[in-house]
Amino acid sequence: MADLLDQGIASLAKSLARKEFSSVELTGAYLSRIAAHNPALNAYVTVTAEQALAQAAAADTARTKGTAGPWAGVPFAHKDIFCTHGVRTACGSRMLDNFIAPYDATVVERMRDAGLVMLGKTNMDEFAMGSSNETSWYGPVKNPWNTDLVPGGSSGGSAAAVAAHLCPAATATDTGGSIRQPASFCGLTGIKPTYGRVSRWGMIAFASSLDQAGVLTRSAEDAAILLQTMAGFDPRDSTSVDMPVPDYLAGLGQSLRGLRIGIPKQHFAQGLNPEVEQLIRSALAEFERQGATLKEVSLDNSHLSVAAYYVIAPAEASANLSRYDGVRYGYRCDKPVDLEDLYKRSRAEGFGAEVKRRIMVGTYALSAGFYDAYYIKAQKIRRLIKNDFDRAFAEVDVIMGPTSPHTAFPLGSKSKDKDPVAMYLEDIYTIAVNLAGLPGLSIPAGLLNGLPIGLQIVGPNFSEDRLLNVAHQFQLATDWHTRTPGVAAASRGDR
Amino acid sequence: MAIELKDIENIAHLARLRLDAAEKAEALGSINNILSMIDEMRALDTSGVEPLAHAFEASQRLREDVVTETDQRAALLALAPNAAEGLFLVPKVLE
Amino acid sequence: MAWETVIGLEVHVQLSTRSKLFSGSSTTFGAEPNTQASLYDLALPGTLPVLNGEALRMAVKFGLAIGAEIGKTSIFDRKNYFYPDLPKGYQTSQLNHPTVGRGSLTITLEDGSTKTIGITRAHMEEDAGKSLHEAFPNDTGIDLNRAGTPLLEIVSEPEIRSAREAVAYLKKLHSLILYLGISDGDMSQGSMRCDANVSVRRLGETAFGTRAEIKNINSFRFVEKAILVEAQRQIDLIEDGGKVVQETRLYDAEKNQTRSMRSKEVANDYRYFPEPDLLPVVIDEAFIASVRDTLPELPDVKSQRFQQQYGLSHYDAQVLAADRDTARFFEAVAAASGDAKLSANWVMVDLQAVLNRQELAIAQSPVAAADLAGLINRIKDGTVSSKIAKTVFEAMVAGEGSADSIIESRGLRQVSDSGAIESMIDAILVANPRQVEQYRSGQEKVFTFFVGQVMKESKGKANPAQVNELLTKKLKG
Repeated sequence: MADLLDQGIASLAKSLARKEFSSVELTGAYLSRIAAHNPALNAYVTVTAEQALAQAAAADTARTKGTAGPWAGVPFAHKDIFCTHGVRTACGSRMLDNFIAPYDATVVERMRDAGLVMLGKTNMDEFAMGSSNETSWYGPVKNPWNTDLVPGGSSGGSAAAVAAHLCPAATATDTGGSIRQPASFCGLTGIKPTYGRVSRWGMIAFASSLDQAGVLTRSAEDAAILLQTMAGFDPRDSTSVDMPVPDYLAGLGQSLRGLRIGIPKQHFAQGLNPEVEQLIRSALAEFERQGATLKEVSLDNSHLSVAAYYVIAPAEASANLSRYDGVRYGYRCDKPVDLEDLYKRSRAEGFGAEVKRRIMVGTYALSAGFYDAYYIKAQKIRRLIKNDFDRAFAEVDVIMGPTSPHTAFPLGSKSKDKDPVAMYLEDIYTIAVNLAGLPGLSIPAGLLNGLPIGLQIVGPNFSEDRLLNVAHQFQLATDWHTRTPGVAAASRGDR
Repeated sequence: MAIELKDIENIAHLARLRLDAAEKAEALGSINNILSMIDEMRALDTSGVEPLAHAFEASQRLREDVVTETDQRAALLALAPNAAEGLFLVPKVLE
Repeated sequence: MAWETVIGLEVHVQLSTRSKLFSGSSTTFGAEPNTQASLYDLALPGTLPVLNGEALRMAVKFGLAIGAEIGKTSIFDRKNYFYPDLPKGYQTSQLNHPTVGRGSLTITLEDGSTKTIGITRAHMEEDAGKSLHEAFPNDTGIDLNRAGTPLLEIVSEPEIRSAREAVAYLKKLHSLILYLGISDGDMSQGSMRCDANVSVRRLGETAFGTRAEIKNINSFRFVEKAILVEAQRQIDLIEDGGKVVQETRLYDAEKNQTRSMRSKEVANDYRYFPEPDLLPVVIDEAFIASVRDTLPELPDVKSQRFQQQYGLSHYDAQVLAADRDTARFFEAVAAASGDAKLSANWVMVDLQAVLNRQELAIAQSPVAAADLAGLINRIKDGTVSSKIAKTVFEAMVAGEGSADSIIESRGLRQVSDSGAIESMIDAILVANPRQVEQYRSGQEKVFTFFVGQVMKESKGKANPAQVNELLTKKLKG
């Protein structure tokens, strides 16, 4: 039974189809595991045991009748940013601690319709603002590879849960790197699709023009399965793209011979830990072995991506978070004396420090006299960054480099810093991808002092099939993605 | 460009956030750090560059003018911290 | 010292779409609170807007009707401020790239002259909800049924120069939006709201004075009064050595004065930025052409045609053309009766009086166009006199039947038999020798006495023209 908790989505689906075990048994096993190990990791904030077992039973029944889809009965977790009808959806915030979502996000509907079983909601940085999962109202998440370290953020809970085998996969979101960076820190395969590929209906907004839903899994194959289920046009989201979704699984097997890989010189400059660089270059060598060619490209304006992002994202967030005012739902301060008091105290008490900081930066950037200098300027930089990628993709098929400048850092080491900028620079390689709206994924590419490091692969718009193919071929020839952290191994009873 | 305490107070008011003295001081420091980081980008000459608001070139889809929503008052008002007689309640506002 | 008043008007028109601007909630007026407020309308986390195509069509239709440039690419923006009736904490509106650009509206003033008032722009935006302050002792109740209803904000150039002109502009605008079928324009229900920007300057000055904005005036009459009273306030203030402050004021109808809205301190910093949840609205020539095809004949064009086709006076043509249903009714009557002048009079005077009295719209007229035409035909063919026709008309209004059936059943046929009338006149002259003497000695006013007698004798049915003619002949001897 312990063995079953190491399997990914694809393999679990096969086992369920062969009736090696039932979904109820499988779900029960995960629930026990969560009960035993979640307290140490704080990956889950809500466990939906009853509902999960009911969904599992329904999948088993469907399987008996022959009406089950291929993934029915496979358990997974949702990042607590997706509205789940009847289940608390708190977005890592005291502001929504009492919020029971009255509807399902599109992503939630699609997973449910495919018969997948939701084990619970995972912890995250408050309102998706963070790179370490240390800003959550529910406390920090620990990295299963070493519980003194952060798992990355904002999708730290999803990453820790998958890495610790508390679920085979989890949904997540990425606005500046929040799927890819935790994937890098936790040894996972995480994909952020092209902006507009997955519906944002029901996904609590942080920065509307940058947010995208994706998944954290243990293999490219699993990521392909789940992305296939989630992706596609949704008329409820005006920014959702009406383009057919290719068969991601079918595309995984293609050879990489002739693949042109771009290596941005700016991502290999000083600031990159030389040992990390070493591991990344070894990974790149594997692609060359498979017949790909490497070519240096230049993303001239990448050094401005963090600055542009920290104008645009907080500006959009400052408006998106205005609805949290203690009036229609969510946190309300005690005995407000007047309207001003209601607003100011509910928001001061409901939001954490990082969220308030970003709301203020965003408000400032949009305020009279500063709009042109900050917001418009940042949008111009954004155009230049996109142009850089477009130019590069005229010569190469994909761009690769490190996901993160280093391995997971200790809890409290950066947040204790009085300078929030130190935390912001964690996303230095990932942020530009969101600004340009491009798809990107991170796959495990090695271990440095026993800790995972990720390789980022970026493609042109709607090239998720190629990215998954590239990742899958790498994973067929290497085994970094199969490595498991001590926590997961220990609690399996192996060692 | 650095900001001052009164700017923090103004911004906090626009954003409807109450900050105590310690929080204001902290905000002043950290926001000024963020602004110096952001200011790097202002040095670049971007004359002639069009701002990019949306990642891809596309235009807004139009929705048909039909009523698709029903009365959800009971379910939605149940979420409210303070509601009565079908209305959301806030402390009395004087116009 | 002569003063000039400078007025700009901002009119918010609620578009009569079935569903809201960005959500599929109903827009029906008068529903129980919060029963027409969906997830999006309540600004629940994770909700997103999708644009109502009909609202866009209505905005474009308006733009075409005022001869405006239509924005081929228009952008929605977020206007940020906190108020309980604004659930998202921002209103989705249009700032720099509105759907409708510069156009104009031509108004007719009381002396018959026309003036063209420039319209700067018109843009779409969401309406806010309603705050109910009286329902609870210590709380304000918020109803979000109205939140998200589509509004078209129409901004005039500051080219209006008097309260009267302002009312003429509003009436013209009102007539146009009803014509286009894009709103019911009901100021009392709030589907048309007017804010007036008022400033004064010395006659001859070219620079604008500081303006005050008077908000939410809800009737044409109050607009006129508010502007007059505000202009005077400003003039008095300046003449006393004071300065006009740029501020928002409310009109108090009871006291007939404007007062400052104390709660609004410094000008709000709305921090506008383009709405990231919506894409640019791109419309092409084909779209514009399809909207143009739905444009009805507009009031001014119709009025011109009425003058040319029916020979009506400018004034009559304007009045009849101002309302689409009235124009249609008039033309139906004119076509069936063949007499445009009579039709115009009967519709504008007699029928309108009935409609006013019974508070009916012409669409609910108790007398159908065909039936009114029938009555007019009976006047023209001499069956009844104009005066008797009024009696017949009242009976038709009361539902007694058609003109013919009433004339028959009440025996109201005009007596046009000259022989019969002559006999009557002879008898009356014989019976009233004193008055005959008076008339023949020069008191011409006595003539009306004889007319009255003939009418009395004939129970009003004698043909008045013939009576005049024969009486004159007989009296002259």
